[in-house]
Amino acid sequence: MTKRQKIISVILLALVYAAVFVMEQVIPAQAMLFTVLKKGAIYALVAVSMNLLNGFTGLFSLGQAGFMLIGAYVYGIFTIPTEMRTSVYQYFDGGVIQFTVPVLLAIVLAGVAAAIAAALIGFPALRLKSDYLAIATLGFAEILRAIFQWDKLGPVTNGSNLLRKFPTFNDFNITNADGDVVIYLSTLVPFLIVGVCIFLIVLLINSSYGRVFRAIRDDERAAEAMGVNLFAHKEISFVVSSFFAGIGGALLAMYQMTIQASAFKSAMTYEILLIVVIGGIGSVTGSCIGSFLFIAASEWWLRGLDSGTFLGITAPTIFRSGFRKVVFAVIIMVIVLFYRKGLMGDKEFSVARIAGRFRRLFRRRAPAEKGATK
Amino acid sequence: MLKITDLKVNYGGIEAVKGISFDVPEGKIVTLIGANGAGKSTILKSISGIVKPSSGRIEFLGTDITSKDAAFIVGKGVTLVPEGRKIFPDLTVLENLRIGAYMRRDDLTEDLDWVYGLFPRLKERAWQAGGTLSGGEQQMLAVARALMSRPKLIMMDEPSLGLAPLIVRGIFDIMREINKRGVTILLVEQNANMALQAADFAYVMETGRITMSGTGNELLNNPAVKAAYLGT
Ligand SMILES: Nc1ncnc2c1ncn2[C@@H]1O[C@H](COP(=O)(O)OP(=O)(O)OP(=O)(O)O)[C@@H](O)[C@H]1O
Ligand SMILES: [Mg+2]
Repeated sequence: MTKRQKIISVILLALVYAAVFVMEQVIPAQAMLFTVLKKGAIYALVAVSMNLLNGFTGLFSLGQAGFMLIGAYVYGIFTIPTEMRTSVYQYFDGGVIQFTVPVLLAIVLAGVAAAIAAALIGFPALRLKSDYLAIATLGFAEILRAIFQWDKLGPVTNGSNLLRKFPTFNDFNITNADGDVVIYLSTLVPFLIVGVCIFLIVLLINSSYGRVFRAIRDDERAAEAMGVNLFAHKEISFVVSSFFAGIGGALLAMYQMTIQASAFKSAMTYEILLIVVIGGIGSVTGSCIGSFLFIAASEWWLRGLDSGTFLGITAPTIFRSGFRKVVFAVIIMVIVLFYRKGLMGDKEFSVARIAGRFRRLFRRRAPAEKGATK
Repeated sequence: MLKITDLKVNYGGIEAVKGISFDVPEGKIVTLIGANGAGKSTILKSISGIVKPSSGRIEFLGTDITSKDAAFIVGKGVTLVPEGRKIFPDLTVLENLRIGAYMRRDDLTEDLDWVYGLFPRLKERAWQAGGTLSGGEQQMLAVARALMSRPKLIMMDEPSLGLAPLIVRGIFDIMREINKRGVTILLVEQNANMALQAADFAYVMETGRITMSGTGNELLNNPAVKAAYLGT
């Protein structure tokens, strides 16, 4: 990236954040837009973390939901206010943990816990061929769901009961003495956290480690012949990816306001995989754009397909519960058919490329205009 | 410099290398020729630590490097230019070269200048993705990438594979050039004629065994070699 491109990117990002801030102050907080922005940002982070592993290192893992589960629980367990614990852990005498840590620290801890779990799985699985990683992580995520609902662990995990009453995104809003919100920050703050995380991942991808990751993806044997320590680099990529999936899990918990292990199904992993594929394997901006489009389509634009009225057409017999999924599947098939490599391929979104496209358009038009004035 | 004693390599139950011993003296070009499947690539792979031998000993500059991992062996100064080039297709030329220098932590400017001097084509194409280079350019890149590790011994597995005669000559010229700079070369080739002309010493392999050895010239004039490998 040239200096100019860097400046343009920074300005664009600042504009996005400014727009989020302004919208949050003027548009009612219940608007669907904020659901999409919040959930979209969280999924963008997890998709980028998955892309780091699948797209940039060539390792196929299906553990995202598992690492998010760990992140969500660690966040919840360490942030439920002590005075609330008796009511949350009502079947387990208020639980064993009787302290809380600050929200941001809990978010980091969520990532660390997921990273430690990844390091342990990676140790055997990454020494084998990469297909084993997919199987190992998928199995791990399934087992984890059972473990977190296990009664014996109830004093920590609350068993199969919900974890709730921990700080959520709404707690980022600034309120006055009467409890009225003065400044809305419940979308901006998660955007900032996700932005910092994705920035860190991009730094890693562009570092000498990132270069080695891509070399391993391109040709593992050749990388080994150059003296690359395959296992160490795969482990780093896997652990970092899982760290950010853990943070994504913590953010998802804050967004959903409750945590239940049974919600972290493998379907969640497949949704994220789909976002990565739609956005383009090996494109960070692709994963981000893909995530917002995916969430907007599934949570908002296609809602009417399930509830009777879509695009002004009322047809309760067709547009009923479940139809949305059918249409969504068709849309995804069309995208995959027409954009084999996803919306972005392995390229990044760049103003220069779009500007170039416009310039070419104008250049083609320019001679015609000259002809007209004669 | 490199001393191989009674090396045996098995793939599953099949013995691909059946007890081979040979030497590569410092500063020389040594070549290994032989029919397809004779086990030449297998030998290079086991020297570079990618394949583990079942028995025997590989010694480099007095250090036992048998069954050590690839990183250790590259660190010692032995680098392989793998068969079929195997450059990193999605990395740029420059990134490929940097991966070649992966084991080093010092400044690369001098080495980049050196390999760009040897292969000016690569300098022009520094920002091009490796996979979009022509076959000849990819081979140049594979050699240049190996040189970036500052090897004392560079092992090349069929560098002339699939290249036009003129390019092959270029590659051999550069090989001599590299050799003059003090890098020892172990060369595996199908192109026996060129290889024997370039080599100080040569070994002929057949199904896992060495059957003949001598200086390049001796083997060039050997009737058996002529009949089997030179097609004259
Ligand atoms: N990974 C492997 N698994 C099983 N058998 C192998 C493997 N690699 C090589 N072989 C076998 O070992 C023997 C020697 O192979 P090698 O690649 O060393 O031959 P080569 O002399 O380099 O041949 P060529 O000139 O065709 O490259 C062959 O019979 C081959 O089929
Ligand atoms: Mg071979």
